[in-house]
Amino acid sequence: MSEKATPPPPASSPETVPSVAARLEFYQRAGGVLTPLLTAVVAFFIGGLVILATVHKNPLSTYKAIFDGTGLNWFFHVGSFKVGLPLTTAKVWFPWDTASPAAMNLQQTLLIATPLMLTGLAVAFAFRCGLFNIGGNGQYTVGMLVAVELGILMPGLSGPLHVLIALVGATLAGALWAGIAGFLKATVGAHEVITTIMLNWIALWVASYLVGFNGPLQNPSEISAPVTRRIADSAHLKVFWGFPTLQGLTIGFVIALGALVVYWLILSRTTLGYEVKAVGFNPEAARYGGISVGKNYFLAMAISGGFAGIAGAIDLLGWQFNVDLTVIQSVQVGFIGIAVALLGRNNSVGIFFSALLFGALLTGTSTRNLDASVFQPELAGNLTRIIQGLVVLFVGADLLVIYVWRLARKARLRKQQPETTA
Amino acid sequence: MADEPTVLELRGITKRFPGVVANDHVDFDLRDGEVHALLGENGAGKSTLMNILYGLYSPDEGQIFLNGKPVKMRSPNDAIERGIGMVHQHFMLIPVMTVAENIVLASEPSKAGVLLDYGTARRRVRELSESFNFSLNPDARVANITVGQQQRVEILKALYRQADILILDEPTAVLTPQEAHELFEILQKLKQEGLSIIFITHKLNEVLEIADRISVLRRGKVVETAPRAGATQESLARAMVGREVLLRVDKAPAAPGDTALSVRDLHAFDDRGLEVVRGVSFDVHGGEIVGLAGVDGNGQSELIDALAGLRKPSAGEISLAGKDVTGASVSKILDLGLGHIPEDRQRRGLVLEFSLADNLALHDFDKAPYSRLGWLHPKRIIGAARKLLQQFDVRGGSPQTRASALSGGNQQKVVLAREMSRDPRVLIAAQPTRGLDVGAIEFVHRRLIEARDAGEAVLLVSLELEEVLSLADRILVIYEGQIVAEYGPDVTEEELGIAMTGGRGREAA
Repeated sequence: MSEKATPPPPASSPETVPSVAARLEFYQRAGGVLTPLLTAVVAFFIGGLVILATVHKNPLSTYKAIFDGTGLNWFFHVGSFKVGLPLTTAKVWFPWDTASPAAMNLQQTLLIATPLMLTGLAVAFAFRCGLFNIGGNGQYTVGMLVAVELGILMPGLSGPLHVLIALVGATLAGALWAGIAGFLKATVGAHEVITTIMLNWIALWVASYLVGFNGPLQNPSEISAPVTRRIADSAHLKVFWGFPTLQGLTIGFVIALGALVVYWLILSRTTLGYEVKAVGFNPEAARYGGISVGKNYFLAMAISGGFAGIAGAIDLLGWQFNVDLTVIQSVQVGFIGIAVALLGRNNSVGIFFSALLFGALLTGTSTRNLDASVFQPELAGNLTRIIQGLVVLFVGADLLVIYVWRLARKARLRKQQPETTA
Repeated sequence: MADEPTVLELRGITKRFPGVVANDHVDFDLRDGEVHALLGENGAGKSTLMNILYGLYSPDEGQIFLNGKPVKMRSPNDAIERGIGMVHQHFMLIPVMTVAENIVLASEPSKAGVLLDYGTARRRVRELSESFNFSLNPDARVANITVGQQQRVEILKALYRQADILILDEPTAVLTPQEAHELFEILQKLKQEGLSIIFITHKLNEVLEIADRISVLRRGKVVETAPRAGATQESLARAMVGREVLLRVDKAPAAPGDTALSVRDLHAFDDRGLEVVRGVSFDVHGGEIVGLAGVDGNGQSELIDALAGLRKPSAGEISLAGKDVTGASVSKILDLGLGHIPEDRQRRGLVLEFSLADNLALHDFDKAPYSRLGWLHPKRIIGAARKLLQQFDVRGGSPQTRASALSGGNQQKVVLAREMSRDPRVLIAAQPTRGLDVGAIEFVHRRLIEARDAGEAVLLVSLELEEVLSLADRILVIYEGQIVAEYGPDVTEEELGIAMTGGRGREAA
């Protein structure tokens, strides 16, 4: 056999229709790390044009102000400092000042990025099984509700145990909530996009009823406000950087980092991950191989929802401490998670950085952190949304990027032609 | 023949795809009134060349001359306007419309500019059909006519648009031997009427039967253009593959042992809810190859699915190695000793995005030594894969290579390696050589016979009669979901063909 490994020409194999997961995988390989970077750069560039056209401000100085608000400038101020080692009393040398205003902004950015990493993972995990989980909001909400109840109950427990119980409870709640969509997909074939959106609304309104006026979870000693009681101190997540009273960075961030590792481990090192990927790439081949497609749809959705549920718990146990009706009605992290997963290309490292990007954008454009004399924060908030939308748009337009790529390549080949024919 | 004027010439056609040169300075010419066969293995560049001619691709280099004038084909419409008609391997017909409607589609005769003039359409179709002895009823719905007739509709469609050059892409792939024979008669008739025909195929016997001249493509290059006279199957196979090929299958007589697979009165439905397996009973013994012959769509696929646990039978019994596996799960059946080379390796046999190692572990990734307590051992998976790839002579990839990067033949070898290395009691080989080139076919056939000689029970399901005849020790014929005949290996292709189309077969065992 003298044949070589030759990929078939694109148009000559119409019988293989790639799955969504297969297509994503293809884009990922075609663009490498360059396309997501390019995507972000182009999104910021267009955002800059919008700034220029609408409010006639200098985009560069605006972005600089936003950047300063994110606290990421902290890394550029190197010096010699003594800092306390987190969770101990020891002091060690450190090149950065951990108590500067920039440090506090950075804590804020990381705090915001934490749930985004988790909802990004939620979307990404489902993606790997060929499913589109749009239900991050709902799963986050039920996670938050269960965490607040578990945090209020059992006040006498020791700290770590209480936190653990609340986290596990919220994870299970998120998993169950998304699991409904997975179960329906596996048994009756109901499309997960439809069911997760429906579950979002169910979560939203059930939660609104529960914490709203006269709701069963409303704080009985504060009947004028639609909020729950506050969780017990023992259920608070430890702050390991910054001041607990000023929303310092909690160990929730570390948990999210752990989740990134778990995500990678499951997908690359376990039989479960193997099955999920096989189903995601080619359900027909998975079934032929003896893998239960339905079981994996359910499991993938449940694990996906678990990630989102834990995000809700971390926000609640970390800095919200009670559930407020307005918070429930304005949950966005599930949707931003879609952008995070897309930009992060469904892998752990990518999700970390894209969550950081979106976390930084949200912090940098907040009223508190953006210098109003440079750019009005009210407008900057919209800028965040514009950039977020552009990122999703461009990630969806990957095909376009690849097409342009091919054209360039073709042009190169044309140029070489005289040499090759000679 | 040599004096006939050249009607079409392709000169120096080159087409590159990322990573591969599909056509490398190909020269090809077609003379008036001849059948010029384009022979080549899969992936040799036959289809690319014809797609360039038909305006679907534009060549990177080279020119097309029609009656001596250079032309550019920007789209199939260009080609059609210039009198080139193409009959694709997969028909482009609308099943719910009548023969006449399908033929006039896109150039309908009209009344008052907007209304379809169906009367004129059917009259013209009837005239055309009669003048070529096609015996087609213009009012029949395409869904209700045979595949052979559908192909004639496609040909008529091209003639209706006044094609004088006809391209036929693997036209016999879907036909029974009788239908293929009728097609060749039609082609002779078309030739007499002055049409020039390009006949694309990878079947050697057809080329020798129908072609006036033969061009052989190998890896994008024309390696030979010669008149039929003097060509033999052996010489053509050598030109196609680039080395000597064993066309006959050497095998010792079978030594059937115990019953390994037993099927009793099996019924099953297809995806549309029609009963397409209707009371099938047969046995396959260890150490024999049983061939299941039949025209595509007579219940073979559903029967295989039921045997492999991919489709629940509605009635009947299946037992594998003495154990009842009716309605059992896929993984249970696999564990009891079924090997299954599926019909469609890309859709079912492989996860194309997975590495070869992961594909080779598709059935056993959840068992030792590949994993323990849910944790994979990538090193062991890769190590086992390395051995298998070597044993089965898979070229063009390491264990970490993605399956999609391999050629069809090597992909099939990966599937073979996985299914055969599990030492199955029963091996179902469904269309095991579909789309493979001569060299890979030889390899697959040899492996199947080795499996038989090792005592495995092999059920070979194939649409290629030649394959069934050369490999099987017993041949069952399936027609409309029932086994209608059983033959020994000495049966002729004609007898099989008659049984496959529902004629009475000799009930010999």
